[in-house]
Amino acid sequence: MKKWQNLVAVCAMSVSVLAGCSSTSSDAADSNGEAGAADGAKGSVYYLNFKPEQDEAWQNLAKKYTEETGVDVKVVTAASGNYETTLMSEMGKSGAPTLFQVNGPVGLKNWEDYAYNLYDTPVFNQLTSDAYALFVGKDDVAAIAYCIESYGIIVNTTLLDKAGYKVEDIQSFEDLKKVADDITARKDELNFSAFTSAGMDGSSDWRFKAHLANMPIYFEYQEDGITDTDAIKGTYLDNYRDIFDLYITDSTTPGKDLAAKTGDDSRNEFISGEAVFYQNGSWEYNELIKNGLKSEEITMIPVYIGAGDEANQGLTTGTENYWVVNKEASEEDIQATLDFMNWCVTSEEGTTAMADEMGFVIPFKDAKPSENVFVLEDVKLTEEGKTPVSWNFTTMPSEEWKNALGSALTAYAADPTDANWEEVEKAFVENWKTEYDLANN
Amino acid sequence: MQRTYKKYGWMFVLPTLIAFTIGFIIPFIEGLYLSFCQFTTVGNAVFNGFSNYIAAFTDASFLRSAGFTVLVAAVNVILINVLAFALALALTQKLKGTNFFRTVFFMPNLIGGIVLGYIWQILINCVLALVGQPLLKLNATAGYWGIIILMCWQQIGYMMIIYIAGLQNVPDDLVEAAKIDGATDWQILWKIKIPMMMPSITICVFLTLTNSFKLFDQNLALTNGDPNHMTDMLALNIYQTFYARAGKAWKGIGQAKAVIFSIVVVLISFWQLKTTRSKEVQQ
Repeated sequence: MKKWQNLVAVCAMSVSVLAGCSSTSSDAADSNGEAGAADGAKGSVYYLNFKPEQDEAWQNLAKKYTEETGVDVKVVTAASGNYETTLMSEMGKSGAPTLFQVNGPVGLKNWEDYAYNLYDTPVFNQLTSDAYALFVGKDDVAAIAYCIESYGIIVNTTLLDKAGYKVEDIQSFEDLKKVADDITARKDELNFSAFTSAGMDGSSDWRFKAHLANMPIYFEYQEDGITDTDAIKGTYLDNYRDIFDLYITDSTTPGKDLAAKTGDDSRNEFISGEAVFYQNGSWEYNELIKNGLKSEEITMIPVYIGAGDEANQGLTTGTENYWVVNKEASEEDIQATLDFMNWCVTSEEGTTAMADEMGFVIPFKDAKPSENVFVLEDVKLTEEGKTPVSWNFTTMPSEEWKNALGSALTAYAADPTDANWEEVEKAFVENWKTEYDLANN
Repeated sequence: MQRTYKKYGWMFVLPTLIAFTIGFIIPFIEGLYLSFCQFTTVGNAVFNGFSNYIAAFTDASFLRSAGFTVLVAAVNVILINVLAFALALALTQKLKGTNFFRTVFFMPNLIGGIVLGYIWQILINCVLALVGQPLLKLNATAGYWGIIILMCWQQIGYMMIIYIAGLQNVPDDLVEAAKIDGATDWQILWKIKIPMMMPSITICVFLTLTNSFKLFDQNLALTNGDPNHMTDMLALNIYQTFYARAGKAWKGIGQAKAVIFSIVVVLISFWQLKTTRSKEVQQ
């Protein structure tokens, strides 16, 4: 009998403890709610950040905003390569991100149902051009780009000088090939190669299966006057082959070893002066400077592939970083998120942090200029009247399409025969249709 | 006393039962439900009948990865168990340094699968480059044997420990009696030791079999399915179904594949447990 009483007592105690918990927590929630109501219903912001390299800068910016306005901003950064998986699980929870990212029209397909219409919001009105917004209908904007990046061929001008050339000598694919072939012929005497290794490891192959593949897609879209397609024709695939041939033959590394070469390998070769040319983008700037290259000895030239009007070709400039506001969030949280976004792109602190600490060029009216020489080069070329090549790889039908193209390119790099190139063409043209249908069913 | 136990016994099970329900049963049922839905997050699922299962079964890549998984599992189970057993036999002899070797062979098991995958990728690529063969990314045969070597290297030590424990439990009087009757070492092994060790064998075969079927991180890090998905195992194929294409349809199909996958693994392990258990003898 005594045991029974003890048991009851224990149960009663634990219940009261639990009840105590719940009552205090609900009290806290109530008082928060009241405080919020008094301030005109303050919401909070939860930003799921895509770029690990900018995590610290975002955390600092969020802290500043909270100090200034009292609105809570939580920034969480997904581990590199895990954004989509993190986003998916976070969106399923209560207290889901109020602000997240998609990489373009194809990435948006997963999240369209969650996208708040940003049309005519203050932050949308700050955009320098409507081209930086993803429209899903007239007056219906699902996402807006918040940073613009450029890529091309990064050049070590000191080495180019040593080889007896100037950056101005390269104005077309023909020039590029001539210079690269000449450097390769004198490789032993010069002690460096033309191109860094075109590594086909997962950390590097996106430079070729996405960024380089953008070139033939861009010129085809231009010719056909379209911005998207369900079936690519591959009009400029021969040019794609020419430039890729150049990368793998005039290289630091024999083609059959490229399958295991990483992005770090390629960057290290460039930093240690083993090669003159390195295809990559403006995001590489900080890494190159940090490792001892001087800003006056590096510059960026367009990726010439021998198509279109090369005399007027600029750098490849665009974005795969779009902000989306979660429509499912509460009204106060959406408002708080929109205010935060607007503050980031208009306030002194926000624009400075985005330009300096994060190294972004932001497509908003109050943007601060950047110190990044690649970005400055893009501005200069555009001012000279050259046309930037747009980022069309965001219209590639799926990740799977890129991976299949990457596999075919790797096989071709190891053994550059016509038969292997046919596989690349198949992965490019036929697989585009297949993947487009699979992704749009 | 006995009556009190019977009356309140369930209370002691309760904490674990609650944890098990929250952590396993509810997610499992939800997962089962999601496999009949189209969804982006678990919150916005829309029921769409059997179409996910139809898509999963008509997906050639799923069937191909299933075939590849069976090939890997079959060779893995045999190699790991035979080698682990042989090592266990060797290290239960009265030799110097057996404890040292037991530790050494066990150590690879302490390293995580992703790390092992990358380390072996570098090693295997170096060897392939030296002998002038295509690297892992282009070489499905090397990828296949790579996975097997990696798994053997990682798991043999662990299974060896279980086998050593089993061998030490074989009663000495049985072995001695056999020796007096004039049995050779070979006969003692087959007629006395192995029958007495069937419980260890059941456990080791079960572990290697399920580990091989569920293999994911080593596969991801070592080959990532290259070349062209030829070295995709089932778990990796399911993962890629989720994330390689945008669009709502794929999550549900991935979920359906995952359900099929768990049913297959459960069925195979039950069958294996039943067959090896039936060979166990009472001591």
